[in-house]
Amino acid sequence: MKDQSLPITVGAAESSVSSRQGFRFARRLRRESPAMLIGYGVMYLLAALWVIPLLWMVWAAFMPKSETLNGWSWNFTLENFAHVWQAAPFAQYYLNTLLIAGGVLAVQLVTVTLASFAFARLNFWGRDIIFVLFLVQLMIPADVLIFPNYHVIKELNLLDTKLGIMAPFFVSAFGVFLLRQMFKQLPAELEEAAVMEGCSKIGLLARIYVPLSIPVYVSFAVVSISHQWNNFLWPLIITNSVENRPLTVGLAIFAQSFETGAQWADVSAATLLVIAPLLVLFMIFQQRFINSFMHAGIK
Amino acid sequence: MSSSVRSTLKENGFAWLLLLPSLVFLALFTLYPMWKTGKISFYQSDLATPIPTFTGWDNYSRMLDDSVFRQVIGNNLWFALATVPASILLGMVMAIFADKAIHAKSWVRVSFFYPNLIPMIAAANVWLFIYTPQYGLLSRITVWFNAEGMNLLGNPDTVMGALAFMMIWKEAGYFMIFYLAGLQNIPKDLYESANVDGVSRFVVFRRITFPLLMPTTLFVMIIALTNSFKLVDHLWIMTKGGPDNSSSLLLFYIFETAFSFYDQGMAGALTVVMIGILLILSCAQFFGLDKRIHYR
Repeated sequence: MKDQSLPITVGAAESSVSSRQGFRFARRLRRESPAMLIGYGVMYLLAALWVIPLLWMVWAAFMPKSETLNGWSWNFTLENFAHVWQAAPFAQYYLNTLLIAGGVLAVQLVTVTLASFAFARLNFWGRDIIFVLFLVQLMIPADVLIFPNYHVIKELNLLDTKLGIMAPFFVSAFGVFLLRQMFKQLPAELEEAAVMEGCSKIGLLARIYVPLSIPVYVSFAVVSISHQWNNFLWPLIITNSVENRPLTVGLAIFAQSFETGAQWADVSAATLLVIAPLLVLFMIFQQRFINSFMHAGIK
Repeated sequence: MSSSVRSTLKENGFAWLLLLPSLVFLALFTLYPMWKTGKISFYQSDLATPIPTFTGWDNYSRMLDDSVFRQVIGNNLWFALATVPASILLGMVMAIFADKAIHAKSWVRVSFFYPNLIPMIAAANVWLFIYTPQYGLLSRITVWFNAEGMNLLGNPDTVMGALAFMMIWKEAGYFMIFYLAGLQNIPKDLYESANVDGVSRFVVFRRITFPLLMPTTLFVMIIALTNSFKLVDHLWIMTKGGPDNSSSLLLFYIFETAFSFYDQGMAGALTVVMIGILLILSCAQFFGLDKRIHYR
């Protein structure tokens, strides 16, 4: 089987070897049985089918409003985007989402790093019990505790604040398990050598463990940011003002403010505005993204 | 002797210091809320009773008598049954294909995976416009076949099917990722020797690929089942649980009970049920993981 191609250089490499690939393609085609060829055909069709919802939305987003409702047309306009950008404070929503996702990740990186180091490299009383407490969060994520957590946030007087949206996610058991695994794999000789050089435990963590685990941090960051970017029900409950609403809540409220089908062009344009950055990043760094989710899933 | 005690104490203190920030948040937003929801589930606390009064198991017996609750649980089981096996199977087939595709390999992966990356709310907007009667994509296509304009989301008989289809579209690509990882762990020489022996592709799949992917399948199954209880954002956009609660799911019902009906005691009892379900699923996972180790 072919091995995975390298991340970013794929595009460049592909074009230079395309003729050779075309030749290989033809040779492989001849080798396949008819049943296999039909199977491939079906899968390419399926891949095309999977893209249709996206194309449908893009089409509607660039269509003059009067024409989305009757028939098919290929006229093109940017009016919908201009209108949407003015009709709702999407710039503010964008900023809020960036602040929330960034804030959560920043705190998580600290809590997760410290906890993982303790679990991976230190002996202490009650380690197993504490470990089980982290397991509980893995089993019962904050996403399903929206009702009791609302009351906790209320008791803390954090309703309708960004901090209130972020706080339940400040520690990630998932991140702790991911990083603990990585720290454990680092050879013990590194630690001995560092101690010989007179390096403290914190210095050891900062100068050796963290730099060597950068790929794991990247995986965790991708998963964490996309979780916060997509989160909806929790911020919907907690927020009540434009200053604190993230993109998802803003988009949902915008979409619900219309009753009839007449505003489909606007809703499609708004949806596209929300997902475009993620999609573009994904297409550029697709190997990275996929590897991150793959890595994060295996544990 | 005393120096070793001192160093043990020092290591303990250091470890607990490192864990302290995590433990504070864990206690505040996982453990305390669980205790709190258990407690409030034994109280009556709603708009009519602003000061909570202890009523024992009253909320639970009310819950069991509640026809909406039973329908919601039924919906959720139905939804799991409709989405989990289909999206797992599709994810596996996608991975095998994306792994071997001759042409446009990376584009195939992108098109299968992108639905997972976009927010549920965005996906719901897109699919609402697909399912919208008269203007939606589906209606426009069925018009070519002279079919009646249909309203899939407005009909209690079809709404779950329509939502399940969307969920499969959203999730299959995610499971593909796990299978892509699983495929890389299968030793290549197995395929080579099968090739030398002239074993057919189908037999190779049935005897090598499928059984060796079993641990992945178990793992993915638990994620898929958990997700079928966790993902409800789309309901807020597409149906609000209707028509007649025919598409409502447990978490969405908790949301409505707590924040639309303001029945805190009942919302607590429902959350306890949710926690129970997730705990059962997690136990199943540990059981499954055990098997995975034996398998190796």
